[in-house]
Formats: sequence, structure tokens, C-alpha cells
Amino acid sequence: MRRSVLFALLGLSACATAPKPPPPAIANSKPPEVVAIPLDPYPSTYRAYPGVTTVIRNAVIYDGTGRKLAPGAVRLENGVVAEIGATVAVPAGATVIDAQGKYVTPGVIDIHSHLGDYPSPAVEANSDGNEATSPARPEVWAEHSIWPQDAGFARALAGGVTTMHVLPGSANLFGGRGVTLKNVYGRTAQDMKFPGAAYSLKMACGENPKRVYGSKGQMPQTRMGNIAYARQVWSDAVEYKRRWDDYTKRARLGTAKPTDAPRRDLAKDTLMGVLNGEILVENHCYRADEMANVIAMSHEFGYKVTAFHHAVESYKIADLLKAEGICSAMWADWYGFKMESYDGIRENIALVDRAGACAIVHSDDPNGIQRLNQEAAKAMAAGNRMGMGITPEHAWTWLSLNPAKGLGIDKRTGSLEVGKMADVVLWNANPFSVYARPERVWIDGALIYDWADPNRRPVADFELGQPGAGDPK
Amino acid sequence: MKRVFLLAAALVAAPVTAATIAITGGTVATAVGDNVIENGTVIMRDGRITAVGKDIAVPAGATVIDARGKYVTPGLITAMSTLAISEVDAVNSTNDISARGTPFSAALDVSTAINPRATPIAINRLGGVTRAVTGPEIGSEIFGGQGAIISLADAGDILMRPRVFQLIELGEDGARAAGGSRPAAWLNLRNGFAEAQRYARNPAAFESGRDRDSLIKALDAAALVAVVEGREAAVVHVERASDIVEVLKLRSDFPKLRLILVGAREGWLVADKIAAAKVPVITLPLHDLPDQFETLASTRSNVGRLMAAGVIVGLGVFNGDSGAQPRNLPYFAGNAVAQAAVPGGVGLTRGQALATITRNPAQIFGLGDLGTLEVGKRGDVVVWDGDPLELTSAPVAVLIDGVAQPMTSRQTLLRDRYKDGKPTDMPLQYRP
Repeated sequence: MRRSVLFALLGLSACATAPKPPPPAIANSKPPEVVAIPLDPYPSTYRAYPGVTTVIRNAVIYDGTGRKLAPGAVRLENGVVAEIGATVAVPAGATVIDAQGKYVTPGVIDIHSHLGDYPSPAVEANSDGNEATSPARPEVWAEHSIWPQDAGFARALAGGVTTMHVLPGSANLFGGRGVTLKNVYGRTAQDMKFPGAAYSLKMACGENPKRVYGSKGQMPQTRMGNIAYARQVWSDAVEYKRRWDDYTKRARLGTAKPTDAPRRDLAKDTLMGVLNGEILVENHCYRADEMANVIAMSHEFGYKVTAFHHAVESYKIADLLKAEGICSAMWADWYGFKMESYDGIRENIALVDRAGACAIVHSDDPNGIQRLNQEAAKAMAAGNRMGMGITPEHAWTWLSLNPAKGLGIDKRTGSLEVGKMADVVLWNANPFSVYARPERVWIDGALIYDWADPNRRPVADFELGQPGAGDPK
Repeated sequence: MKRVFLLAAALVAAPVTAATIAITGGTVATAVGDNVIENGTVIMRDGRITAVGKDIAVPAGATVIDARGKYVTPGLITAMSTLAISEVDAVNSTNDISARGTPFSAALDVSTAINPRATPIAINRLGGVTRAVTGPEIGSEIFGGQGAIISLADAGDILMRPRVFQLIELGEDGARAAGGSRPAAWLNLRNGFAEAQRYARNPAAFESGRDRDSLIKALDAAALVAVVEGREAAVVHVERASDIVEVLKLRSDFPKLRLILVGAREGWLVADKIAAAKVPVITLPLHDLPDQFETLASTRSNVGRLMAAGVIVGLGVFNGDSGAQPRNLPYFAGNAVAQAAVPGGVGLTRGQALATITRNPAQIFGLGDLGTLEVGKRGDVVVWDGDPLELTSAPVAVLIDGVAQPMTSRQTLLRDRYKDGKPTDMPLQYRP
């Protein structure tokens, strides 16, 4: 049952270069042979772990859509949210948790993580996040750097993170593909891949690419160099797509042979996926003026920026971001560590949200990922000191449903709605309080973390036999 | 001419503190033990606290700050920072934290770089921080130079005490600076201390004759004299438990050393030894990743376990610490309280947590008239709109030496410029 659902979803994500039903052709002839770019050569091997039907009741629930239920109850069954309301039915044999005084939320989703590709320990031998050998490396995939024995996954889990998007770094204008993971340890990165989730292309503007390559005497050395370089790459990608589209059309008509297929260019495969709308663009960018440049570039070449990341100046152009339908993935208060972060303010997230644009709290940090709920609390409070009246249940959208939108998985997770993945956190107190911690975390209905049960607290291989292993962190 | 100048200088320097200030009706957390006074009053006169308690009469003519429904605490003190010596960390020209190209090391003195107009001062003051230990980070030697104590007051002269401590790097960073190993770093340390003792015996002879082959400069040796003689603290950065134990042994050879550990993420493994040596620790309670081989045992219980063993812990920001900023000290302290709820975890009481960002940093650096709300102490007081350790709380008034501080910063100006959205009649750059 579950498997067939997954396969169906994988099918939905199929690339447009996949063979479509052939056009009406001559009777009795074989369908033409069409060379297509493999869509999913490194498929997810994730499978939900077994769960039991679980009812959590008498809780305060922030459901992730902006709704608060107090009291609230939720039933997790067969890996999904089966029912949510003031009360829910309790089937015979269900595990019942009385959550009086406690809070229930959807699992936190971090849209910007480097867990696994910049793992702990952060020694040079493990530094696998930036293929800083060319400003454009769309052919590298973060999942091929991910080390599933990063202790950071366990820490993030103890912070209520159930899904994350692992990106390449920002040394390059085109950093490579990002991948969405379920925060469930596996033996391989493929074991952790969120089934059917779209890939992203990590892009970067601003100081990093121009510093990394400018210091080598290469292009880009300036912000104008950043844009010029990227435009050429996009222009080449448009041509690549034209050749593939033309070939595919002719092949389907039976007028092109397999040997006529264009030579594959792995870098341009990724870019073509963006141009076809199948791969999301997650764009590291701090300054408002640069985000505007990137938006214009996306119009020039016909692609969509899904989210700007870091986006410390989104508050300066919140109306533009709203009009473009672009999310901003932001910190609550990091600022000033580099020139392009100098104008960061604590009200950034709230101002973006107030403008009606999509606001996301992100971490970009193995420590910060553990307390994204606290970052949202700070941002909410900053907005409320301006008189915005942001409720906690609304602020929770920044932590789960909005990042799910930014990853194209919002129909499947990110809120506690019937039929969605049972990715759930039970908190011992209001998660917008500094005194709150997750007690339990479910992923696809499986109890995957329990703060009171050492058998439900993962220990990465790296930590085994090391000082402090298994200590509740 | 000269007289005019002196008069002008006197005007600028004169404290604006003559007024008497009364903060009334608040929940007063004094940072003395776990003492919390409901409906309490704090009176300040001439920059000093003259009364703290319940049912205290407000002196005639006092300026009254109504703190009903609010919380009152001592001003926060960050036990380490780079405040006033760095504006933008990644812009070298604005950053005096370290110098890799200098022939000097221990003699480097950050007090010469203190900029009272650095914008992080107001930004962090708005978070309730009133005093800061500000110090260097490692350059190309294990001796990083000398740190200072500053005020975060909106005033010209914020340097309180220069040359309060020497930063010494051991562990992995120290090993790298010394040429590649811990033994190399330790030899550098012992050589530096020995040279300081030799310098102290006869400064004039230090650079003459056979003494010319010294491995360190005379100025650096001179700076280390104060460390070896205990007049300046030795703030030693180490993380690994074995490195901590090795540092504690130093006092058998240099008995006057005033050791302070910074980092000490594996401190909990040897908490009893640190406590027995009466060595305080500066760290943050949210390190829990094995992000280096010297921090494998990192845990959020470190601070709780150290304090349970009797170690005095002050929270401070060191080496960037994952984006940490002094204005977030309450967030760190509050999380140390939360750790107590985790089964098997060790956290702090709220009183202990407040102490780690007020009383303890003052005690560690010998700031006897700061860190608590007690009669005779400096009038560093913060009024909060909620529980001071909560994420959603913020100061509504910050007083330093009894002077109410401006509640604006470059960030509030940016906020106000952009709060109404896009431009209308004129570009936004014309808005105040």
C-alpha cells in the first residue's frame, strides 16, 4: 500500500524529457525509440519504520496551517495523520498519550542545512560541501557528499526536525543539487532521501563567489561578474534544452535515431531541469538589490526562483518578493558577520510575513537547526513589539508549512492535516518558550525519538565508543 | 585656549547621573542567590544603587520608572566578546580581533582599539548587556594578547580596565599556531613564562649579551610578567578534558597564575578537578556537537554539571561561536534551565542561569561593584517586559551607572525606515 503510494509520487515527479505517449502513428508500427535522460538514477531507499496507532490528546496543537487547537487531539495511524480535532476517536489497542500541559506541532522542516556534507567532526577530510573548482558546478549533487554518520542528524532530531534540505555550499554561483531528507538515520544517504521530493539547484550571489574566484584572479571578481557569468551559463542551458526538446520531438515522430540524441552534459541536465520547472532554485542571497538582479535574470531565461536563502534584506523588498511568489528563508537575528549581512534586523521575518510573502526560518548551521522554534519565537516577538499581533500558531507556519512549500512537499508534510505524513513533535511546554524541549518525535508515524528512552535516541557510528556517547545532549 | 578646552572636556565627561532614579513595582531578580523580590523597588543615586527591596519609599524628586508587570535585573555582563574591537567580522579593516602579520603577540593590547561608536555596542545594549569583557582571538602565536573590560554606555569613554587578561591558546588551535603539535604549544607557553620571569629579574639585560637569543620579544616578555605574577588573569582556551587537566597542573610551577578556562566543552568530564583548583570557566551551554576531536564529549549538560561540582561559570562569546551574540545571553542562560527537564540532563535553576550572565562574570573578573542588585553597586539595571530569560522578552529600559540609555540602534533606524514598505513621494533614503 505504502510502497505503491511512493511509486506513484515518484512518477509524478517525472522529468518532461521522459517519453510521453507517442502521437498517433502509423498502425502496426513499433513505438519510436526515444533516448531520455534518466530521471532518478539514485532513487530513495527510505522506508518508514513501523509505528503503532497513537492518539495524543489534551494537548495544545499548532497545526502548521495557522490554526490552534486547545484542547487538541491527533491520531497517527498507518504513517499518516488520521484525524485531528478537539477530540479524536481512539481505536482499540491504540497508544494513548495524555498531553495535558504539553504542545503538539508538525515536525520542523529546515530548508537550509549542510548536515552530512559538512558533518561533525568538521575536519578537512570531511569537508564536502563546496566543489569550489569552477563558479558553475550544477553537475554535483549534495547527496553524494552526505555522510549518514553525522551526529548532527541526531541533535537536529532532538530539536524536533523531521525533514531537512541539504544543500551544497555557496562558494559557487551554481553550487549543485540539493536533496531533501527525512531525518531518519540510514546506512546510506539514499536511505534518508525523502521519496519523490524534487531536487533543488543551489545558487549563490554576492560576496562568496566573487571572493572565492576573484582571489584566484578568475571570473567572477565582482557582482557584475557574478551576473554576467551566470547569464552565460543560463544561455548555454537554454540552447541545450532547445537541442533536447528538438531531438525528443523528432524522435517521437520517428524522424530521429537514438544516435541523434544530443551528447549529455551533466551540468546542463540540472539546469534544464530548472528550465523545465522540475528542479527548484534555492538561491543564497543577502542584499535586496542583488535579489532584484536575480529575479530579472530568472525572467530573462525563463526559470523560477523558489526561495532566497539568508535574505537578510528581504524586508527592503518584501512587496517585490510577494509579487514574484518567492519565499525568503531567514535567520532571526544573525547579522553583521560579513558586509552583505550588515543591514540585518530582527524584524526581517515578521516584515516579510506582514507583506504577505512566504517567510521561512532556516538554520544553515548544525547548532542552530536544533532550535529553529526558538528562532521563530524571537522573530515573532520582534514583530509583535512593532504591534503586528503575530500569534504562535501563525508563526509556526514559518517552521513547517512554508519550508514545505519552498521544497515542493507541502501536499505531503508540513502541517497536521488528515492524510499527510505523521511527522509530529510532542513538546514538554510551549515551543516558543526557551524552557521547552521535544519529548517525542514521530516520522511517518514511527516513534523515532523519545527523550526518556535511550533505545529511542540515535547514536551515530562516529560517536560510538567516544567520550560522552549516548549522553542525552 | 587651554582653559576652554579643559572646560569642554569637563562638560563632556561630567556624568549625567545627578538624578535619583527609582524603579518601582517590578519583579526584581537581584542575582544574589535565587533572590526574587515581588513588587520590589530599586533606588539609584549618583550612579549607585542605594536601596533594593520591598516597601521602600521613593525619595522626593526621584525620576520614577514604573516597572509594574515587568522584571528587573542587573545589567548583563558578557564574560567574553569582541565588542568595540570589531564592526564587521569578515571585513578586516573594521576588525582588530587578531593580527597574523605582526612580530608581537602577548604585548598586543586591545584597549588601544576600543571604539565607543562601534554599532554593535548599541545593538547589544538593547539586549540588556551593560558591560563586556572584550578580548583578542589567536593570531599567529599561542599568546593572543591582552583583553579589557568595557562599559556599553552611550558615552565617550567606555574603557573601564585595560589589560585585564592574557589570552592563551592551547589545544588544537594552539598546537597549529605553535607549529603543529600540543608539545610545541606547551613549550611555547613554558618558554614565554620563563622569559617573563627572566625579564622581571633584569629588564635591562633581556636584550643584551647572551640573552639576545630569546625566542620572544622584550615587549611580549614584559606583558607576560603580569600574568606569571598573577596581576593579569590567564584566560586559557582549551576544550579537551586532557588539555584542561594539563592546564590545571601549571600552577605547580607558576603558583601565582590566575587561571580562567574558556571553551572547556569537555570540562564536565573533569569537573571535580576544575572545582578543586578553583578555576572558573567561560563557555556557552548550547555546544553539543562533536565538531572537533577535542570536543567529542560536548553536551548541553556541561554548564550544569560544572556548576553542580562548584565551578563558577560565566557565559561569553568566544571565537564566533556559531553566530552567537552577547545580546542573546538570556537565550543561552534560559536554555541551560531547559536542560534540567531532559531526563539524564543537568541544567541550572533560573537563579543560577541569571548568575551566569551577571554575577559570575563580575566575580570571575573581579568586578566587585557589578553583577548584582545590591546597595553600593553601580546602577546597571535592566527593566524587561517579561521573564528576562524568555525568547519573547526584551528590555524596555537599560540603565548604566544610573543613566537611562537610548533605546535605539542602527538596526532600529533601519526597521523604522522600512516599516511602512515601499517609497511613495520620495525615495526611502529621505526617511529619517
